[in-house]
Amino acid sequence: MVQERTLPQFQAPAAQISAEEGLMLYEDMVLGRFFEDKCAEMYYRGKMFGFVHLYNGQEAVSTGVIKALRHDDYVCSTYRDHVHALSAGVPAQNVMAELFGKETGCSRGRGGSMHLFSSEHNLLGGFAFIGEGIPVALGAAFQSRYRRDALGQADADQVTACFFGDGTTNNGQFFECLNMAALWNLPILFVVENNKWAIGMAHERATSQPEIYRKASVFGMPGVEVDGMDVLAVRTAAQTAIARARAGEGPTLIECLTYRFRGHSLADPDELRSKVEKETWLARDPIKRFEVYLLENNLVDEDTLRGIRDRVQTLIDDALTFAEESPEPSPDDLYKYIFAES
Amino acid sequence: MAETLMFNALREAIDEEMARDETVFVLGEDVGHYGGSYKVTKDLYQKYGELRVLDTPIAENSFTGMAVGAAMTGLRPIIEGMNMGFLLLAFNQIANNAGMLRYTSGGNFKIPMVIRGPGGVGRQLGAEHSQRLEAYFQAVPGLKIVACSTAYNAKGLLKSAIRDDNPVLFFEHVLLYNLKEDLPNHEYLVPLDKAEVVRPGKDVTILTYSRMRHHVMQAVKGLVAKGIDPEVIDLISLKPLDFATIGASIQKTHRVIIVEECMKTGGIGAEIIASINDQYFDELDAPVVRLSSQDIPTPYNGKLESLTIVQPKQIETAVEHMVALRV
Repeated sequence: MVQERTLPQFQAPAAQISAEEGLMLYEDMVLGRFFEDKCAEMYYRGKMFGFVHLYNGQEAVSTGVIKALRHDDYVCSTYRDHVHALSAGVPAQNVMAELFGKETGCSRGRGGSMHLFSSEHNLLGGFAFIGEGIPVALGAAFQSRYRRDALGQADADQVTACFFGDGTTNNGQFFECLNMAALWNLPILFVVENNKWAIGMAHERATSQPEIYRKASVFGMPGVEVDGMDVLAVRTAAQTAIARARAGEGPTLIECLTYRFRGHSLADPDELRSKVEKETWLARDPIKRFEVYLLENNLVDEDTLRGIRDRVQTLIDDALTFAEESPEPSPDDLYKYIFAES
Repeated sequence: MAETLMFNALREAIDEEMARDETVFVLGEDVGHYGGSYKVTKDLYQKYGELRVLDTPIAENSFTGMAVGAAMTGLRPIIEGMNMGFLLLAFNQIANNAGMLRYTSGGNFKIPMVIRGPGGVGRQLGAEHSQRLEAYFQAVPGLKIVACSTAYNAKGLLKSAIRDDNPVLFFEHVLLYNLKEDLPNHEYLVPLDKAEVVRPGKDVTILTYSRMRHHVMQAVKGLVAKGIDPEVIDLISLKPLDFATIGASIQKTHRVIIVEECMKTGGIGAEIIASINDQYFDELDAPVVRLSSQDIPTPYNGKLESLTIVQPKQIETAVEHMVALRV
C-alpha cells in the first residue's frame, strides 16, 4: 500500500456553526447514507438494475459543498450521482423511482442511476462517461457570466459546482476546462472527490502528480486540499470558493480526500483495496465524526440525532413505497422526448 | 434583391438572429478576431462583443460540451467547426450530450444549438480535411442534420436552425462558399424538414444534397438535350428525411438515383434505399441506384481525388442507363 497522504488539519471549533446549521448538515449526510444503503439492499434483492455506484463514505463532500450553495446555483455530477441529487433537493422518492425505472423518476425512467436530471433543481446530470460533465458544467458557468456581462443582468451571479473523481483528473477535458474557466474567469467550483481508486486503478498508479489540488496553480487558479471526511472542512472551503465565484473572482479547484466504503459499483468484487486501507478510512466515517463534533460542542443531544435518523429512515421507506407503486412509462411514449417541440 | 455570396448569406443569417435574440452567441476557433476560417463571422465580434462571438482555445470536445451546458441553461449557441472534420474530436459531446441528453433526462432539458461549418471534399485538402460526417452522425438519435447548397437556402435554413429548440448539425460545403445569388431584401426562413424540388421532371428521380446538387444539374443539361426529363430533389434535411416529398416523386417517376458525396458504406443513400424498400418497393420499376464516393480515405493527388467523388458524366450515364432500363 502506498503511504497515505497526511490529511490537512482543520480547526473545526473555529467554524462556529449554529445547532440548526449542524442539524441540517447532519440530516443531509444521513439521508445520503441511508438512501444508498437502501439501494444496495434493493439491488441485491433484484429490484434495481444496471450499474449502480454508491456514495457511502463520501457524504461530507456532497453535503459540504451543495448545502453551501444557493437554490438557483447549478450542480453537475457523474455516474455516482444519487447523493448529489439528494443534496441538491431532488426528493428522495423521485430519485428512488428513477432507479426503479418509473415514470415518476426525476428523469422519467429514461435515465437510470447514472443519468439523474432535474431542471427544477438545476441538476445538470448525471454524466456517465469520465470527464464529459466538466464542459457541461463550464457551459452553465459561462451562461451566468454571459447573462451578467453580455446581457447586463446584474443578478446573474449563479455559481456552478462540478463534481468528479480522481481518475477524471488525468483526462484532457479536465485540463481544457480548467484553462477556459481561468481564462474567462468563470463562476465554477471544480470539486474533486479523490477516493483513491478509479475502479481498480490506484490513483498513484495513474498520475505523475498525485496531489491534484496542485494542478490548479498552472492555470493561476486557487487549489485547495481538504479533508473530505470532515463536513465542516469541506463546507468552509466551499463557502470561500463560492464567495469568490459569486464576486466575479473566478474558479477554484477543491480536492477532497475521501474514500468510498463500497466497491466501485455494486457489480465490483472490490478485491484490490487492502483491509488495512479500508479500516483506516472507515475509522474516519464522516457521519460518526460529525455526530461526535455536534455532541462534544453541546450543539445537540443524542435524542435529537436519533430523531433525525428515524425521520430519514421513514422518508426512505416512503420513497421506496412510492417507487414500487409508481407506474412504468407508457409504451406509447417510447419516442417521447427525442425532440423538443418548438 | 441583392447579389450575395454564400459565406455572406450565412453571415447575414447569424447577424440577423443575434440582433433578434440576445441569447444567441457564436463560439469556436478563430470566429472572433480572425472572422472565421471562411469569413462567415467576419467583424461580428466588433458589433456584439467578445462574449457573444467567443474565440475558444483549440479544444473541440470541451467547447462543444460547454455549448451543451450553455444551451441547457437557456442560451442558444452556434458552434463553428473550423472544419467539420475536427468535430470528430467532439463526437462524444455531440452524440451523448447534444443528441441524447433530452431523451435521457426525460425531457428535463432542451438543447437548442447549431453546429455548423465547412464539410465535404475540397480541392486536394487531404483525407482528414475532406470528411463527410453527415454519414457518421446519422445514427445518433436526437440530432437534426441539414445540408445547405445555395446562398438562398443557406441563409434561410441557418436562421431556422438557430431558432430550432434541438441540436442541428448544419453542413456547409467547403467549395460552395463563393456561390452567388440574388437574395430577397426582406427576411425569410427556409424550413429545416422540407426537401427542395430543384427541377420537376417525369422520367427519373435524382436525390442529392450539398455540392452534388450542382454536379447533378450539370448532368441534367446533357440529359435534357437527349430528351430525358429528370426530377431533381435536394434532400436538404438528411435527418429526418422528407419522405413526403421523396415518396411523391417516386410515385410519379418510379425510378430513383441517389447522388451523394459521402462514402457508399453506411452512407445517407444506404439509409434512403432501405427506407424506399420499406415504403415504396411496389412503386419501383427498377432497383434504386446510388452513386457515392469511393470507400477510401480521400487521396491528396488531384486525379485520384476526382476519381474518388462522383463526376457529372457518371451521373449522366447512370440516368441514361436507368431510363433505358439497362440498370
